[in-house]
Amino acid sequence: MKDLYLVYKNLTRKKMRLFLTTFAIFIAFLIFGAIMTLRGALNSGVEMSADNRLVVVHKTNFTNPLPYSYVNKTKAIDGVKQVTHANWFGGYYQQPANQVVTFAVEPESYLAVYPELVIEPEQRKAWLNNQASVLVGQRIAMANGWKVGDRIPLSSNIFSHKDGGQTWDFVVEGIFTGAEEKTDTSYLLFHYKYFKETQSWGGDSIGWLILTTVDASMNESVAKAIDSNFANSNAETDTSTEQAFNKAFIEQIGNIGLIIFGVVFMAFFTILIVVGNTMVLAIRERTGEIAVLKTLGFASIRIFKMVIIESCLLAFLGGLLGLGAAYLLIQGASENLARFLPNLVLDQNIVLQALGYILLLGLITGIAPAISALRLNIITAFNRG
Amino acid sequence: MSNDNLFELTQVAKRFTKGKETISIFHDLNMQIKEGDFLAIMGPSGSGKTTLLNLLGGVDQPTEGQITFDGQRIDNLSEGQLAKWRANNIGFIFQFYNLMPMLNAARNVELPLLLTNLNRNERQKQVKVALELVGLSDRANHMPSEMSGGQQQRVAIARAVVSDPKFLLCDEPTGDLDRQTADEILQTLQLLNEKFGKTIVMVTHDPSAAKFAKQTVNLNKGEFVKAEELLA
Ligand SMILES: Nc1ncnc2c1ncn2[C@@H]1O[C@H](COP(=O)(O)OP(=O)(O)O)[C@@H](O)[C@H]1O
Ligand SMILES: [Mg+2]
Repeated sequence: MKDLYLVYKNLTRKKMRLFLTTFAIFIAFLIFGAIMTLRGALNSGVEMSADNRLVVVHKTNFTNPLPYSYVNKTKAIDGVKQVTHANWFGGYYQQPANQVVTFAVEPESYLAVYPELVIEPEQRKAWLNNQASVLVGQRIAMANGWKVGDRIPLSSNIFSHKDGGQTWDFVVEGIFTGAEEKTDTSYLLFHYKYFKETQSWGGDSIGWLILTTVDASMNESVAKAIDSNFANSNAETDTSTEQAFNKAFIEQIGNIGLIIFGVVFMAFFTILIVVGNTMVLAIRERTGEIAVLKTLGFASIRIFKMVIIESCLLAFLGGLLGLGAAYLLIQGASENLARFLPNLVLDQNIVLQALGYILLLGLITGIAPAISALRLNIITAFNRG
Repeated sequence: MSNDNLFELTQVAKRFTKGKETISIFHDLNMQIKEGDFLAIMGPSGSGKTTLLNLLGGVDQPTEGQITFDGQRIDNLSEGQLAKWRANNIGFIFQFYNLMPMLNAARNVELPLLLTNLNRNERQKQVKVALELVGLSDRANHMPSEMSGGQQQRVAIARAVVSDPKFLLCDEPTGDLDRQTADEILQTLQLLNEKFGKTIVMVTHDPSAAKFAKQTVNLNKGEFVKAEELLA
């Protein structure tokens, strides 16, 4: 495009104005990239949950335990495919500040219900065969520098070891990765049986049940059947899809979606006004020049395009810089936050969305001045000048 | 109609309507401009000189009447067709030069060539020739703000001739320049007329500028009058 040089010169003719508008757009897309990534990380639990997976928790409070007998009772219900269970261990590594999410599970059934956890066959076998071992998620292994064969002491801030103290010694027998980038690999799994045998209270209660249904369409009927089965017992249950469960959990943190939407929307709206206004002023200043170009024979539509391209270039300049900065920011943060927000990644979807918004910003801010440039009448423009 | 007429205006009327008010500039204007002519148009302010140039340059359309250029009617062309026609046939020179402030001299001169199929290399060659013609080869990389009024007008002349149009339209090209600089500009126009065969129509207030032209006509209240009548 021959006019690109002209567009470029117009864009850069006022350095300060270029800097300020670029900066405004930069900030908008820095916020956009960072916040969308954060939202993605918070929601990934919801997104990643299989749609035929149900979670059964105590009706009164999901932290209350359920009797172990519920495992077999649930298995007997129509439409249930696989059942597993988990207990919260409340672990930390070396010091209480270094929390590690640890579940005591029934290994085989747990891996069956969570097929997205990927383990090498030998490691899987080793973990199944060693009662005093842990299977570690890749992300948390990396954060702590654990390798297969390492001995790691894990302490519980809830349970005591029957030999005294609150620390269990484990061997890392395997490291699991996720089938997808967003699969959560920031926790540890160890044997439920070993947990019950080695902790001081004993008992055989479980934290919650996870089950899969034969088909997602049966989710609702299965959930109803389970809850009515345990109704009027001393441990009534609340069964929901894993998606709903994770969502409810996030909603307890606050309505993140709404807050994020509000912030992004306000940032965008402000920047839209600032940039749009700047473009209108910039083009109005050039009335005489546009009239000259038209006199020389430049078609109106060509000038229209030049204005649109200029506003789009501006949007992409600021927007891409902002996205780049968001990427670097997230890279830095994800190393430190891996433990709490395992899925802090600025993924392709966010980038594509951002590119869409950048283009939209360019078009919206360019359209009004481009139309006035298109309509500009040579004679009136010269009479005015 | 003789064939060496580049322009023919026949019974041209031009009126402007502003709200309820209608201003009539020309009622029945007839005019021929021969190929190779250098015509000066003089006349008091508001007599319609610029309006006439706009009609000749295809920047504005007559309310009534016909305008032909090279035997082809231009008064009924669409806006888009006129833009193309201007790019191909007319070079414009303005009183206030009207250069793009963010482009250097060479890039300013190159502008009309962006409307051709020439590649960057060919364009640059042509720009070089045009700048040489106006004696500004050494200023190619200068910005308009770094040049005097006379130099800027030379750049504007180079821009007007770079795509080799037949016809040059100049609206008070020396109106903003001192005597000596004005004479230099006028000599350049003369050169373009005599050596390069450009047909030129120049509007001016200045009788000594008009002396550089081959012919002078006087406009008064939208009509051509004899110079003697105007003086008398
Ligand atoms: N676009 C326009 N709308 C209304 N009136 C105009 C317009 N252009 C010119 N005129 C009027 O037409 C008359 C002639 O103007 P112009 O051709 O510019 O004169 P000159 O160039 O000889 O000074 C003036 O009275 C001017 O006010
Ligand atoms: Mg005038």
